[in-house]
Amino acid sequence: MSEILLNAIDVQKSYAGVKALRSASFELRAGEVHALIGENGAGKSTFIKIVTGAVEPDRGHLEIAGKTIAGNSPTISKELGVAAIYQQPALFPELSVAENIAIGYEHGGFFGRVDWRARREHARELLDRIGARIDVESEAGSLSMPQQQLVEIARALGAEAKILILDEPTASLSEDDTNNLFRVIRGLREQGVGMIYISHRLEELPVIADRVTVLRDGQTIGTRVVKDVSRDEMIKLMVGRELSQIFPKREVPIGNVALELRNFGSRKAGVKNINLTVRAGEIVGVAGLVGAGRTEFARAVFGIDEADSGEVFLNGVPIRNSHPRDAIRRNIAYLPEDRRKHGVILDLPIASNVTLASLQILSGRFGLNFGKEQELAAEYTRRLGVKTPSIHDSVATLSGGNQQKVALSRWLLTKPAVLILDEPTQGIDVGAKSEIHALMTELAGEGVAILMISSELPEVLGMSDRVAVMHSGTIVKVLERDEATQTEILALALGHGAAAASS
Amino acid sequence: MLDFRRNKREISAAVAYLVLLAAVGGVAPSFFGAGNLGDLVINNAPFLLIAIGMTLVILLGEIDISVGSQFAVASVLAGVLAKAGVPVPLLFVAMIMIGTAMGAVNGFLVGRFGLPSIIVTLAMLVAWRDGLRWVTEGAWVQGLPENFQWFGLGQSGGQLVIVAIPLLVFVVFAWALRNLRIGRAIYAVGSDAEAARLAGIEPKSITFGVFALMGGLVGLAALLNAVRFNEIPSNAGIGMELKAVAAVVVGGAAITGGRGKLPGTLVGVALLGTIATALTFVGINPFWEKAIQGLIILAALVGDVVMRKYEERSAEG
Repeated sequence: MSEILLNAIDVQKSYAGVKALRSASFELRAGEVHALIGENGAGKSTFIKIVTGAVEPDRGHLEIAGKTIAGNSPTISKELGVAAIYQQPALFPELSVAENIAIGYEHGGFFGRVDWRARREHARELLDRIGARIDVESEAGSLSMPQQQLVEIARALGAEAKILILDEPTASLSEDDTNNLFRVIRGLREQGVGMIYISHRLEELPVIADRVTVLRDGQTIGTRVVKDVSRDEMIKLMVGRELSQIFPKREVPIGNVALELRNFGSRKAGVKNINLTVRAGEIVGVAGLVGAGRTEFARAVFGIDEADSGEVFLNGVPIRNSHPRDAIRRNIAYLPEDRRKHGVILDLPIASNVTLASLQILSGRFGLNFGKEQELAAEYTRRLGVKTPSIHDSVATLSGGNQQKVALSRWLLTKPAVLILDEPTQGIDVGAKSEIHALMTELAGEGVAILMISSELPEVLGMSDRVAVMHSGTIVKVLERDEATQTEILALALGHGAAAASS
Repeated sequence: MLDFRRNKREISAAVAYLVLLAAVGGVAPSFFGAGNLGDLVINNAPFLLIAIGMTLVILLGEIDISVGSQFAVASVLAGVLAKAGVPVPLLFVAMIMIGTAMGAVNGFLVGRFGLPSIIVTLAMLVAWRDGLRWVTEGAWVQGLPENFQWFGLGQSGGQLVIVAIPLLVFVVFAWALRNLRIGRAIYAVGSDAEAARLAGIEPKSITFGVFALMGGLVGLAALLNAVRFNEIPSNAGIGMELKAVAAVVVGGAAITGGRGKLPGTLVGVALLGTIATALTFVGINPFWEKAIQGLIILAALVGDVVMRKYEERSAEG
């Protein structure tokens, strides 16, 4: 067996109390393509960040080329020969190919003289090594995406990378470009480079990978030789998150269709051909992998990004939301993903945040009615259990879970008929999480139609009446509550319609 | 409702102002003579309008450094229109409209195209200033009609108007910023424009409106200022943007937007307006005024950063 390039043993990492990695172990040998797979939030990105030195592990042990690494940093990992290539190339678009490659290996001070000829020649050599025919003097920004990827690989080789991390490199490549990339990867394998290959395209793995390691809930579930494991087995290893939580799902009477989308699409948002109905009192979960277009879909429905095809009906009436204001007027509410970004306005007081989308009901002849504002803000924050000494404090003073409740209060105050929740419980503590789940049930009981985007399969299964699974910008299937399983959803999300049919 | 915790920036500015007054009074008690204080108020009343507009612009997280040039253009046009026989009441309307139009240019470029306001207004600063220089060839507007000076009300009546209008505007704006939806929207957009958009506010329209409003206030200020003299210089308002930004940040507004109050700006205007005169009384060359304004801006910014750090630490602890 060839030498071990990287050995991670029992690596752990938490962010603000939330465990991203519980116990990840991974081994990479020279001349090996080792796939790393797992659901959204399984801990792949965190693991990569630890290997590249972008974040420090809380516990555990990282060995590179037999040496234990303490206090890893991007500089140290680069010196040890680690290079990462992400889905979106990260070249300097204004610089030439040769310059971009030189950044990888030229050290020297700020006043070192540039030997342009040597630079170009070296760039040519490196590109030859991976069999890429690219003019080294052209601007990186003028190249196609697959070409830029190859330049990145050449740059990594120039930096004498021994460990190459490929993060979904084929996600936006055509079949030809994918085959070309595979040829390059095989060439590198022969040269003894070890590669960590992250992909959601399980069908690629038998073609390109030697071994596969499955992460689930921040834990290494197992490592297999790829040719000994079937796709279905891989999916089974990936799912199986424990359904430890009890979800407060309650049967409520389902009413008429509140929201209906027919062939809905938006070029700007990158979603197409979406057909979906949500009934009053119903919770429809939207599952899918990162990049499947779930948030983009919600944004287009809410009028943030313009929809340009298909039809939207609200209670049977055709509508068109070209601005969030239009949607809000029609009693559609959207709780955005990542409240810290745009769900709440951190500098404003809690009360103003709660009433921000409903100011018209506070406006009287003499301006805003502060008494009524306080009353409503107090009522809604109490109903949602926001823990704060005063509703006049800024939202920035609250914990994540409480901020999310403030964001939700804002939308409840608009008395929505359709409520779109985008990752409503991501990154918040367990207590706040189950409170939000209880609230969703309550709202459904009041006849609100809820569309819930979530990356957490147990949450999707626990809370939804139906589950819409998205893959590459469209809904591939809508599952009824009793036919939805983690395996089924994941298979569809991975784009395996056939597997779903056979199982 | 003088809650110290929520108004500490404004209160700090007021305290700084009182210290300045005490210091000047100690060195030169004649500073507090009724004539001098009256002059001080009249001199600075039109400028208060500029500072009010600048407060709104800064609350949005934007900046307008073209106000001085807009002021010069508006001043000259006020004179030209007066000479052409436009009656005084109509002049008010005309100047507000002309100013609004100039502000709307900034608002359109910043709001519609999302261009950085510092660059847009820098370009307009030069464009208005040098355009005016080209048209007037540096000549001042002279031979103003009799009834233009002090609005033909005579000095005491005219003075009253010059002080009363900015104060009235101040009260209206301070009320509106707190009590109207548009005021809330300005704070929301200045804090986080995308979040405001998701809550149904249109940041583009708000930005456009605020810049236009800024221009309208400049037009009004130019008229109120012009009637105090018997000729109108074509180089008025040089350095006014510096003074206005200084007044706003001294008054506690965050240059990054989303935080600030008009009463703080009032204190800032008083402080900035007093400094020039105070320098003369204390015996320092008034040429130091601009340098001091620059230092005041820096001091306010650094003070704000320090205060914020302190707040964060006490919030954690």
